[in-house]
Amino acid sequence: MSSTTDGAGAPPRPAAELRDVRFAYQGGCDVLDLPALTIGRGERCFLHGPSGSGKTTLLGLLAGVLVPRTGTVQVLGTTLSALSSGARDRFRAEHLGYVFQMFNLIPYLSVRENITLPCRLSPARRARLRGVDANIEAAQLAARLEIAELLDQPVTALSVGQQQRVGVARALIGAPELVVCDEPTSALDSDRRDRFLELLFARCDEAGSALVFVSHDLSLATRFQRTVALPELNTAAGREMVG
Amino acid sequence: MFLLSLAWRSLGNRRLISVLTAASIALSVALLVGIEHVRMGVRESFAGTIRGTDLIVGARGGTTQVLLSTVFGMSMPNGSVSWGTYERWAAHPAVKWTIPYALGDAHRGHRVIGTTAAFFERYRFRDQSVTFSSGRAPANDREIAIGWDVAARLSYAVDSQVTLAHGLAAVSFAQHEAHPFTVSGVIARTFTPIDRALYSTLEGLTVMHDDEAASGGLMMGPPPEARALGEKPPITAFLVGTKNRFETLQLQREMNEDQREPLTAIIPGVALQQLWQIIGSAEVGLRLVALFTVLVGLIGMVVALYASLESRRREMAILRAVGAGPRLIVSLLVLESGLLALVGAVGGVGLVYAGITVARSAVEARFGLALTLHPLGATEWAYLAVVVSAGTLVGVLPAWRAYRSSLADGLSPKL
Ligand SMILES: Nc1ncnc2c1ncn2[C@@H]1O[C@H](COP(=O)(O)OP(=O)(O)OP(=O)(O)O)[C@@H](O)[C@H]1O
Ligand SMILES: [Mg+2]
Repeated sequence: MSSTTDGAGAPPRPAAELRDVRFAYQGGCDVLDLPALTIGRGERCFLHGPSGSGKTTLLGLLAGVLVPRTGTVQVLGTTLSALSSGARDRFRAEHLGYVFQMFNLIPYLSVRENITLPCRLSPARRARLRGVDANIEAAQLAARLEIAELLDQPVTALSVGQQQRVGVARALIGAPELVVCDEPTSALDSDRRDRFLELLFARCDEAGSALVFVSHDLSLATRFQRTVALPELNTAAGREMVG
Repeated sequence: MFLLSLAWRSLGNRRLISVLTAASIALSVALLVGIEHVRMGVRESFAGTIRGTDLIVGARGGTTQVLLSTVFGMSMPNGSVSWGTYERWAAHPAVKWTIPYALGDAHRGHRVIGTTAAFFERYRFRDQSVTFSSGRAPANDREIAIGWDVAARLSYAVDSQVTLAHGLAAVSFAQHEAHPFTVSGVIARTFTPIDRALYSTLEGLTVMHDDEAASGGLMMGPPPEARALGEKPPITAFLVGTKNRFETLQLQREMNEDQREPLTAIIPGVALQQLWQIIGSAEVGLRLVALFTVLVGLIGMVVALYASLESRRREMAILRAVGAGPRLIVSLLVLESGLLALVGAVGGVGLVYAGITVARSAVEARFGLALTLHPLGATEWAYLAVVVSAGTLVGVLPAWRAYRSSLADGLSPKL
């Protein structure tokens, strides 16, 4: 996809760029109204806001799982809403890692299979491994996330914190340009959480991935290059304000 | 292949509901295939009521009438056939053997038939011959053999004394008091009308009436004036085995055109088939029931798929988030329902075959229904194809729904 590679001399396209984005769930009023938001390449962005302020919704828009009512969402220079739904799925498979707020894993697959799932589903994502076997890559990720000994376990046998790390490994495999995490640290103790963040940052730096990280834990914000408070950005009138 | 293993493991993950769904399909398929087997069995048993006899010849009349009054022991015969005519045809060069068949009176609601040893030798039903569970064939005019049901219902056994009466009414006033018979044998159960009749010799039937005439009783048997002095009394019909099957049609034509005595000769197989077409409409009902069962099984599958979808929204959302496209999600669910239908169909057929293997002899002993393990016929294959493809199609709807909804509600944990 030519739109994803930066031409020589041209300024690098941001990892994500939102303009005049309005989004409403079916039959509801606007939940999000974002005049502008840009996330640079390799940028580590901390996103916070009260519950119900639309953080998960914003991640859905970035991932192309949700499509804005008006406005444009560009990821790596590609306007997601211009793609067909199937093409968006393929785009996501190739360029994006997504860590859910909870329940991240396919219950009937092993840890290894869960981690390698994006590479199995998308040949483009597999190609990003540059010839390295997906299982070897998964083993390396798992070793760094301290879940190497769990690789052959069924994911149902894992603790919530272990499941979160498997989810992260799956998001990171194949070094996607954009990684979005929806409160992945909520189930981790502070010690684990710190190491988890270090690993996440290290991997993203190695791969040059931009990171959008949602958390309620504002103490983490200092470790990011940039902090975004969603309520300050979001001018949607109809949204409920909670907290 | 990845998709197939994904579908299979997903089904395995919901083992109980998958097994239950496949089982409900298996049961409905089993019913469908089972009914088809029973239907064939009933049809074969019916067609096997009489075998090996090439022609049944009675007085001129309706085909069905000849069949009913002889093989089935129902309704009254068209008339009688004189002994001379019988002897004349028995001597025909194309004829190999004959069984004379004289319908006599009734004994407490059961028919009494006068015949010869040929009956016990030649008569075949379902390729079996008439055998005795105890005793033997009547050897003289004072002996009588009885069918299984007669023995059971009237508690007769070998050496029981039987007194015969006129008419088919269970209560008869004109009892042949003067001519009691002794039971010489009980015929082994045939599950054909034979079980409900009594078999004496031709002489036994005649003597019974002569005795009665002498005692001034009511006469309803073959009229005595119909026979010349010294000639044997007329019979109701006779069964014919030909030397050569190819001559059967020719012989039938000759008999039907007999100038001296008007006769009707029927080919039992053909007549049975005609009769089956009349009473066989029950088959259609059976088939309808079976089809409805399959329909219910399929609806059950849709319900089960939909129900499991609810618990799988997260799974679908995860698959989408890691890049599974609409085609993959729809194929996954369709493959799952297709697999369920396939497993159900195979299981159903297996169930029928296992069931028949196990229950076969019991069913034959109890109902006289010879169930055979025949390979699936065209109808059954068609049924199975419908079940599997319907099962696959049935998966499309929930699959599409799952894909659409995983867009919207996959991202946040839903209750
Ligand atoms: N599937 C949905 N259908 C309709 N409305 C929704 C749906 N999901 C979320 N909303 C609404 O959109 C708003 C934003 O929800 P969102 O999940 O983005 O919040 P959030 O910031 O992630 O909250 P939390 O911190 O609790 O996870 C909420 O007011 C919610 O009511
Ligand atoms: Mg959220």
